[in-house]
Amino acid sequence: MEQTAFRMEARGVSKIFGNHTALDAVEFGLLPGEVHALLGENGAGKSTLIKILTGAYQPDGGKILVDGEEVVLNSPLHAQSFGIGAVYQEVNLLPNRSVAENLFLGHQPTRFGLVDRRRMDREARVLLQRYGLGIDPSSELGTHSVAVQQIVAIARAVQLSGKVLILDEPTASLDRDEVQRLFEVVAGLKRDGLAIVFITHFLDQVFALADRVTILRNGKLIDTRRLDELTRTELVRKMLGKDIAFSGSTSLKTERPVTDVLIDYEGYGKKRSVHPFSLTIHKGEVIGVAGLLGSGRTEMARIMFGIDPADQGTATLNGRPVAIKTAVDAIKHGFGFCPEDRKADGIFGELSVRENIVIALQGKLGWFRALNRDEQLDLAGQFGEAMDIRAASLDMPVKLLSGGNQQKVILARWLATDPAFLILDEPTRGIDVGAHAEIVRTINRLRDDGMALVVISSELDEVVAYSSRIVVMRDREMVAELRGEDISPGVIVQAIATHGEKAA
Amino acid sequence: MNRSLRPLMATVIIFAIAYAAAVMQFPGLLSTRVLGNFLTDNAFLGITAVGMTFVILSGGIDLSVGAVIGFTGVLVAVLISSLGLHPLVAFAIALVVAALFGAAMGFAIHYLQVPAFIVTLAGMFLARGGASVITQDSVPINHAFYSYLSSLYFRLPGGGRLSFVGLLMVAVFIVGAIVAHRTRFGSYVYALGGNTTSASLMGVPVARTTIQIYMLSSVLAGLAGIVFSLYTSAGYPLAAVGVELDAIGAVVIGGTLLTGGYGFVFGTFVGVMLLGLVQTYIIFDGTLSSWWTKIVIGFLLFLFIVLQRLVFAASSRGDRAPQKA
Amino acid sequence: MNRLAFGRLVNTQTVALVGVLLLNWLLFPGFFKIEWQDGRLFGSLIDVLNRGAPVAILAIGMTAVIATKGVDLSVGAVMAMAGAVAATLVVAGYPTALAIVAALAVGLLCGLWNGILVALLDIQPIIATLVLMVAGRGIAQLITEGSIVTFSDPALIFIGTGSLFGFPMPVVIAFTLLVLVTLAVRKTAIGLFIEAVGVNRSAATLAGIRSRLLLIVVYALSGLCAAIAGLIVTADIHGADANNAGLWLELDAILAAVIGGTSLLGGRFSIAMSVVGALIIQAMNTGILVSGFPPEFNLVVKAGMITLILVIQSPFSSQFMNWLGRRNRGAAR
Repeated sequence: MEQTAFRMEARGVSKIFGNHTALDAVEFGLLPGEVHALLGENGAGKSTLIKILTGAYQPDGGKILVDGEEVVLNSPLHAQSFGIGAVYQEVNLLPNRSVAENLFLGHQPTRFGLVDRRRMDREARVLLQRYGLGIDPSSELGTHSVAVQQIVAIARAVQLSGKVLILDEPTASLDRDEVQRLFEVVAGLKRDGLAIVFITHFLDQVFALADRVTILRNGKLIDTRRLDELTRTELVRKMLGKDIAFSGSTSLKTERPVTDVLIDYEGYGKKRSVHPFSLTIHKGEVIGVAGLLGSGRTEMARIMFGIDPADQGTATLNGRPVAIKTAVDAIKHGFGFCPEDRKADGIFGELSVRENIVIALQGKLGWFRALNRDEQLDLAGQFGEAMDIRAASLDMPVKLLSGGNQQKVILARWLATDPAFLILDEPTRGIDVGAHAEIVRTINRLRDDGMALVVISSELDEVVAYSSRIVVMRDREMVAELRGEDISPGVIVQAIATHGEKAA
Repeated sequence: MNRSLRPLMATVIIFAIAYAAAVMQFPGLLSTRVLGNFLTDNAFLGITAVGMTFVILSGGIDLSVGAVIGFTGVLVAVLISSLGLHPLVAFAIALVVAALFGAAMGFAIHYLQVPAFIVTLAGMFLARGGASVITQDSVPINHAFYSYLSSLYFRLPGGGRLSFVGLLMVAVFIVGAIVAHRTRFGSYVYALGGNTTSASLMGVPVARTTIQIYMLSSVLAGLAGIVFSLYTSAGYPLAAVGVELDAIGAVVIGGTLLTGGYGFVFGTFVGVMLLGLVQTYIIFDGTLSSWWTKIVIGFLLFLFIVLQRLVFAASSRGDRAPQKA
Repeated sequence: MNRLAFGRLVNTQTVALVGVLLLNWLLFPGFFKIEWQDGRLFGSLIDVLNRGAPVAILAIGMTAVIATKGVDLSVGAVMAMAGAVAATLVVAGYPTALAIVAALAVGLLCGLWNGILVALLDIQPIIATLVLMVAGRGIAQLITEGSIVTFSDPALIFIGTGSLFGFPMPVVIAFTLLVLVTLAVRKTAIGLFIEAVGVNRSAATLAGIRSRLLLIVVYALSGLCAAIAGLIVTADIHGADANNAGLWLELDAILAAVIGGTSLLGGRFSIAMSVVGALIIQAMNTGILVSGFPPEFNLVVKAGMITLILVIQSPFSSQFMNWLGRRNRGAAR
């Protein structure tokens, strides 16, 4: 084995939250002058690893080495003193201050105890020029595009740390030209010998920029490889995992009889969100939505539910055109939506399980036709049982339940409204095996009862198992609609990985 | 043009127009005598408002300043009149007490993680109650040094008088502007008002800065209390009731964003002058009553809150984390 | 069921109220003495109820506002405005009923104004309601033209000093309002929606709750409560004092809600407990008065009370309690 001088190394690093192992003895080595992509779906452990590398978390096992020496990183500032800097998707700078101040905050050049603005601006201008930015250093940071802000953040991080640069989804909100500009900057830093970690959901960018890639899944290291040894399909397969059986998958072999159309989207879309898509959904049908994070799958769900109303195209429900501009409109038409971020958009942590279950139905009934306590208990009991919610009491705060049970509560909430159309965004993410199985069972049951569902999931085996059709999203665009024999993990992976031209 | 300059420009323009209109109606307003009185009469408000500017720039609020003015006035009066201390010694004691008081509030805001509004509300009750516990009545201050200070002035061309307290206010504004715009502490204040998470990731000492901000506000309110007692030659526990609202009003009308992060100390100066102009105009007019001041302040407050909402709307939308995919 | 209702009555707030009352009794032995005179009850206890009524009424509206994660700083100024409107109208010879309706309408309008700033313009509640807090008192003075408008209209005075079923009118009004508002929020879905919006506005909107409309209604309720409290205060002194009516009472109302267990971060609320909170504040006021301390001493006690609540609610103390709990369990083993 060749002895390489890693700039930074994580050896057997583990991190445990409660009884959940977020990172399991992960090895990670970073060479000077390389761009190292870190890949994995949500919950794979990427962000935990990043937080350990930047000192925001302390590992429960294993060690961190910088230039071959073991170090303990107490905080991001402490990590900075070892030369480790990071830039995040949501730029962690001050949009209300000048570009120069953002570059030098805490280290401003002073004269007689006062900040020497002229010198600061001058030094900032020199620094910015190195990154190809000709902007006025005294201008307010927030008035510049996100791309420029990202570059300023990189400039600050490199200025203050200078050995390791961690880029956590820096391109998520950039357009094509801006990404290109950022890449030039990163390439320049690589030539200067910086060790760069690059996290993204866009595979094109990985192949365009990175030298090596490390793939995590469920907190475990799957592989670290040179990118020139890896095909796109292999990469996607490693990310989505479980050594997908490319033959003999368990799709619904029996073509289901075509029933009535429930809803028909025609050229439906929203500028800067999702390209117009057309989709016909029948009663008793599950439309699986596949695609990597950032592919536009959540945006599609939000448009369907009226949270971000569509600005083009039409929706026809039961043969009649409908305008869905708010969630209230959608619910009125018998829609339901389980959001991806349970905690932020789904549960009411302080409120009881009972209240969390009845709230959508109550919202539908309005302010004055209140369900009394007994009716609420009946409903909560009925749908709680149907979903097999394990709660000591229906009156306990929902925040005390496990993630899986919380997810079942949200599902029960919508079932109580007797919906015709359910949109589920990652309904099985981050929940235990039992709850997972229960939710999949429920999806199957609802489909067989004649409900129409749209289910977004990164679990390919699962989508394949219950979907009647699968649409594939990529780059905020619906790129494929698979049916029948095509519903298999292999075809899906191919469709996700294919970049513009035909797959190799 | 820098976006945050827009509300300031609006303030300056409104002040210029209002002053011009007032002068057209009452030419007497355009004299150094009136201007001198302007500074003297608003000195305690101005000094308080400088402290409030720092607090609001950092995204906080300080409701205790009026009560601190009352408390310091009483404390100084009692120290001088009852204990026979020299005014300068009394001033030093009062300012130290105010500093400790502010530090305690800043400490509670940072470490107990409670909204500044509630902590400083408790501070307001404590200071006002404390003053009343010391004395219920107005305590007169008769000391040669006091009379000397309160009658000290510089003659301005045109017969106006720039009093010691007026000059003191101008000095506080200048020093305040330098601290806000030209020191690291000042940049930390803006950083807290911009985004506390980013600020702490960028290495801003959040706890220390928060405590210092509220110390500064209380010390300046204490100084305003001293000025107020010079102005009235007495200490009264119910002095300066509601001054916190005037100070907040002056800061916001001066173009500082109430949610923090944007604003200028100079803007607060213009804001204080605008409030003073409204009051002076009402006195000159004679038929208008004092309550118009409050209505005009309320209206200007509304105007600036909506103006800022419009100017900064785009950025606040952009600040929100992009929807997750 | 009965035991359940009783169990709900025994909690920190009621225990604190009883404690303060007992303390008053120790300081002033005649405290619990209640007499029947001229067809109505008299005594220090009745006095606590009577004096506490305005803040209790404010607290009813404030509690709903705070439960939505908001705050209404304008209620004191709205009180002054409503009182000024009523007094000016009766003095000008308009019928009492019209004066009262006009005063209530003013409160409602002010509440709507606040609600629109908060819900539609998305301005932070503390900032949005500051506008009326400053301007409202000026408007009240404008209405009264700076003087204290005194009146002798018996019907209006009755609201402040009359009695019904032996109880002073303010107590009757506060109690009626407490019952009505409690029924209105708990027998409809409004209470649940208020809590839902306060806990998680984003989830509430996704669950199909019209959160903007709800916020407007809640601020309107607060304005209405303030107008009622303003009428009582005005009627009580037979005059509208635009300078002092309701001065700083917004802070007492917020304090009452916080004592009543409503978190400033929104969520669970109990209007009844906020009213108990208002009575605790008033019982302390009365206690300080009867024991001969200067009334301003009150402020120091209030400051102490806020500090205590803040420390109890702070994340540190819950960590400390956890630590204590673990230690005790450890010791028991």
